[in-house]
Amino acid sequence: MTKSKAEMLNEETTQKNVELSKKEKLNLKKARHIDSRPFAEISGMKIKSRSKKKKRINRSKGGDFALFLFLAICGILSILPLIMIVNNAFKPMDEIFKFPPNIFVKNPTLNNFADLGVVLGTSLVPFSRYLFNTVYVTILGTFGHVIVASMCAYVLSKYKVPGGGVIFGLIVYSLMFPSSVTATPNYIILNFLGLIDTHWSIILPVVGGTMGLFLMRQFMNGISMDYIESAKLDGASEFRIYWQIVMPLVKPAWITLVILNFQSLWNTGGSTTIYREDYKMLSYAINQIASAGVARTGTLNAVQLIMIIVPIAVFIFSQSNVMETMQHSGMK
Amino acid sequence: MENTIKETPSTEQAEKKTLKEKWNEFRYKVDMWSRKKPLRRKLYLNRVLYLMMFPYLLLFFTFTVLPVIMSFALSFTDFNMLEFPRWVGWENYLNLFLEDPIFITAVKNTLIIAVVVGPGGYILSFVFAWLINELPRYLRAIVTFVFYAPALTGAISIWALIFSSDYYGWANSILIKLQIIREPITWLKDAKYILPIVIAVQLWMSLGVNFLTLIAGLKGVNKELYEAGAIDGIRNRWQELWYITLPSIKDQLLFSAVIQISNTLGVGAVTTALCGFPSVQYAGHTIVNHLSDYTSVRYELGYASAIATLLFLVSIGLNSLIRKVIRKVGS
Repeated sequence: MTKSKAEMLNEETTQKNVELSKKEKLNLKKARHIDSRPFAEISGMKIKSRSKKKKRINRSKGGDFALFLFLAICGILSILPLIMIVNNAFKPMDEIFKFPPNIFVKNPTLNNFADLGVVLGTSLVPFSRYLFNTVYVTILGTFGHVIVASMCAYVLSKYKVPGGGVIFGLIVYSLMFPSSVTATPNYIILNFLGLIDTHWSIILPVVGGTMGLFLMRQFMNGISMDYIESAKLDGASEFRIYWQIVMPLVKPAWITLVILNFQSLWNTGGSTTIYREDYKMLSYAINQIASAGVARTGTLNAVQLIMIIVPIAVFIFSQSNVMETMQHSGMK
Repeated sequence: MENTIKETPSTEQAEKKTLKEKWNEFRYKVDMWSRKKPLRRKLYLNRVLYLMMFPYLLLFFTFTVLPVIMSFALSFTDFNMLEFPRWVGWENYLNLFLEDPIFITAVKNTLIIAVVVGPGGYILSFVFAWLINELPRYLRAIVTFVFYAPALTGAISIWALIFSSDYYGWANSILIKLQIIREPITWLKDAKYILPIVIAVQLWMSLGVNFLTLIAGLKGVNKELYEAGAIDGIRNRWQELWYITLPSIKDQLLFSAVIQISNTLGVGAVTTALCGFPSVQYAGHTIVNHLSDYTSVRYELGYASAIATLLFLVSIGLNSLIRKVIRKVGS
């Protein structure tokens, strides 16, 4: 051991020597240079420092600009479909069928919305019924999932319950199973339970969804156990700790979950498990309007705008509502 | 008067007492019963926790675990959705590898897409979330909305306009104006271009669930850690990112990695929307396209289940690999 250490030391010193000698050589070279040109040292340094500064500023400015440009291009590409949907809804017939389409509308009209009113007025099931079905399923499914899944996530994240690890593993792995294949077995099960043709056939599978639980558990992992223990010392029940302490701390998480679930439920048609016309959803009704063909294109554009407004409103409202969490301020 | 008033509560109290006593007796009995075996005792002591887990687990097992098990079982059968499934053993799997050249193409395409879009989309989501997180609050909400807009509108139609095969398609008209090409390119009908376009669109759409999760995660990072880090000798942003930010959102990183795996291996809707189904020479045909071909066109559910099972096994393998990588973050 000692020998090897000594050897290493030796090696290091030799390396240093080599380095020194290199430096010395460089210095000698420089000295020769300086000798040949009087005051070159000072002017050279100035030039060097200037060029360095300039370079750095230039690069960071350029980098910032490139970054901004990149973000701007991505942003425009991202927002463009939305802008087109908004503009399409106000386009008169001749502009709708123009190819290539203009992005912005030239002569905006409200005709499309008026046509939509006529179509809805003549439909067999009143439009408000479709709207009610969608709102009912969306709200019940979204909040049911958030509450039920996060309640389970709280236990899985904060306690070592016997069997908890296996359950969590099952949840994560089932997230990876393609859903198009489980659709048929799911139908068989729903049929067995007698849930076909009810709204529960859409709500219950969503409430038992896997992504929300995984999301909530990951966020709850970040909460210190001290909170829970001190609440327990104060005599709070398990449910109360979950509802009044843990849930406010993971607000960004369940708001994300509300956005995701709301959006997907709002767009479900429910045509595979619901056959009664007056139980069907908004997006199914809209597909029916669309199926009438080219003549309804304007109406369809108006409908698309209306359908998209609600998830957007939910998104903006909830996103701007998320303050910085208080997760780290209470414990010291 | 006084007597009657006094009597009525006393009788009520007596009734309540008996009920309470009964309840206590019952609890005592259960308690004693639970003490007989250690596992039973553990279950009894954690009963509130199990009660809290119960509603979710009930729904999860009926609507997720059971269907998955059923399709596992179906993968060993020949099932056309009308007749009762017929047991065929490993035949579906053998056919997949030996007699289905399109499946091999689909696997190849899916792997190419996964290699680019998987890490690419993941890094993109993180970088965007990271950049946006530095913005002031209201601007942040607006920019988040702008970048999440594709997921909200779900409009791939814009890409059909860009890559339209005639002179009017935006990509073609720009390239012709710049005199790079003379004739319009049939972007979405040419086997050469389909896969790169699908990859580009998929990357564009990757700012979805992961993006929102990472933004929410970054909001929760303890700001005091940065001050402490500055004192401890963290010099630049990259060190700050590696030693403070990333370890603080490890849980969210793992979540979005898992979602990213299932998303990238589940690419298929984009190909169908852009290039039609099936795409020219199966150039954009993915495993999920193959799957939906057998579930909703040919109704061969046993075969489709075999495909799904293979996909499932691949994603489990990737999942364990990525867990190992993420464990190393910040070390």
